[in-house]
Amino acid sequence: MKAEPSEKIQTKAKAQVVLENNQLHPLSEWLRMERIPHIWCSTCGIGTAVTCFIEAIKKSQIPREDIVVVSGIGCSGRIAGYIKLDSFHTTHGRAVPFAVGLKLAKPKLKVVVFSGDGDLISIGGNHFIHTARRNLDITVLCINNFIYAMTGGQLAPTTPLTAVATTAPYGSYENPFNLPLLAASCGANYVARWTVLHVRQLTNAINEALNKKGFSFIEIICPCTTHYARKNKLGTGLDLMKFYHDNSEIAHGADVRDVDIQFQSKIKVGKFIDIEKPSYLDQYNQYLQQKLGKNFKPYGVTNEKEH
Amino acid sequence: MKADPVGVLTGMHYLDGDKACAEGGIAAGCRFFAGYPITPSTEVAERVAERFPLVGGMFIQMEDELASITAVLGAAWAGVKSMTVTSGPGFSLMMENIGLGAMLETPCVVVNVQRGGPSTGLPTLPGQADMMQAKWGSHGDYEIIALSPNSPQECFDLTITAFNFSEKYRVPVLFMMDECVGHMTEKVIIPEADKIEITPRRFTSKKPGQYLPYEPNKDLVPDMVEAGNGYFFHITGLTHDERGYPDMSWQTQEKCVHRLVDKIRKNSDDIYLYEEENFEKAEIVVISYGITSRVALRGIQLAQADGIKNIGHLRLITVWPFPEKVIRKLASKIKVFVVPEMNYGQMVLEVERCAGGQCKTLLVPHGGGTVHKPECIYEAIKEAIK
Repeated sequence: MKAEPSEKIQTKAKAQVVLENNQLHPLSEWLRMERIPHIWCSTCGIGTAVTCFIEAIKKSQIPREDIVVVSGIGCSGRIAGYIKLDSFHTTHGRAVPFAVGLKLAKPKLKVVVFSGDGDLISIGGNHFIHTARRNLDITVLCINNFIYAMTGGQLAPTTPLTAVATTAPYGSYENPFNLPLLAASCGANYVARWTVLHVRQLTNAINEALNKKGFSFIEIICPCTTHYARKNKLGTGLDLMKFYHDNSEIAHGADVRDVDIQFQSKIKVGKFIDIEKPSYLDQYNQYLQQKLGKNFKPYGVTNEKEH
Repeated sequence: MKADPVGVLTGMHYLDGDKACAEGGIAAGCRFFAGYPITPSTEVAERVAERFPLVGGMFIQMEDELASITAVLGAAWAGVKSMTVTSGPGFSLMMENIGLGAMLETPCVVVNVQRGGPSTGLPTLPGQADMMQAKWGSHGDYEIIALSPNSPQECFDLTITAFNFSEKYRVPVLFMMDECVGHMTEKVIIPEADKIEITPRRFTSKKPGQYLPYEPNKDLVPDMVEAGNGYFFHITGLTHDERGYPDMSWQTQEKCVHRLVDKIRKNSDDIYLYEEENFEKAEIVVISYGITSRVALRGIQLAQADGIKNIGHLRLITVWPFPEKVIRKLASKIKVFVVPEMNYGQMVLEVERCAGGQCKTLLVPHGGGTVHKPECIYEAIKEAIK
């Protein structure tokens, strides 16, 4: 019985896609249209981030078949299910090691982890810091909506002090992570932060990250009106976008120690780190070549593949 | 197809089970290894770390076992044969993603060199108490394949078999060693590459657009693709349809999960590997696996020397799926099964289930830390015929 209303809503939404547009979505070639409508709430920012990602891929000139997307669990975890690329929806927290396996086993792939703050930084935090430490050649796009949204609005490792969540009903008394500082201090080659209001900058940043060797990381600040804004009385999706507009401060090259986010504080955005340390794969090949000389068989050379 | 000669150290070697297992993996065509050090399995990782740069493999020591198994799954979807190695505590940590491997139907091999448990238990000493965990460790319904070697030679041979099964049935294969088998050093003969039969990946012959990731063949196993070839496929740990798309209906759950179970159950005759001895005249059959099978042999010899001649021996090589038919058939004509194992009763439960009351079943338990005394098994045999 419970399934009935949602089925009705889905049917209605599907009808709208056809009726109101009467033509295909401009990005339909990049989306699994048979899975639309998506599950994201109205005014959620994830869809905008996905649009920026697709636009960035188009700009990047990277062959489409070389780009793979790995997501974990959560609202952002569903991204893999809508993008028409080779895409993997894995377990909670394990998108990064799954991506590491894909990348190392087939280095020509451009592996992108697209997931949420709880998935990547809480349950997956250990993988995040170690993959950044190795400067391993993947791009991590982290949707930060300051809350566990899929499960109904619980405290996240990014929830600002005093912000309310269902498991912090009186407000949070835990210090949140400063994600750019975390990524940079672990050794990432590229670290940036944008909000979903900054569509052009975000698109450019994703393009830069995709073309970067080593570990690249972008924090994407994203409104969650259903949980974060509602619990904290921050208004509608439009109010949040207006807040980003009024309170974002572009601070390229800012000291990452100074870019932490407080409850309803100014949000420093921009490219904070862009360096050229040798990546994991460069180090692997160069070091072993030097150490083992002609005995070294670079990865992939002897793979038995008869297809 | 035959093994790639680059990976095969043809010749006679003096190796421990851990190193033999590593060589078996390399010979089977494994070229991706992600692992985390844990006694008594570490020697496998060490051997692979040394050998892989010489044979074109990719080794990485991950930050933990959760990462290790997940990277192994990722590598498999990049088209490469992959494995990881661990022991009890790490095996526990891997469970969720062994389930993901089963759900995504990802071929790979997970080695568990068993030590005494529970918890940290006996890190340097043997156990066989993860046998039920191998079957039931991850949540939800699925079937798995698990093999149990009893010598370094078998650690080599059966690691290849494990890879072959994993490719044929698209399922993680659990390689259930124990500390004794892992650390004992014996002669290991590695054949020439063209004598080693390798099951290749079941890559689809369909073109992008026609291919469905979970459309099964007649044997219930679907063909696979690898990332990066333009198929734009999607896979998910959620209950999914043949397209690989999530669908939260009981009908799709039935179709998806029932096939995961059936593809192993209905092909189990092909997967059962065991050794039998003296089944024709036996009234007592000792059932054992792993290192305990070698101790059981001595127990049987002691009993035979004491005049008890009607003893048979069934050594399980495939432990999961459990060789039900063999046990059922035996149970109808013998008096008693004697089951020594290094735990307080795990595989014996399966023996009892399959015997179905047709004959008696006697467990010879041992907590681990050392192997059984052969005399214990001999005494149990004497007890059994009373």
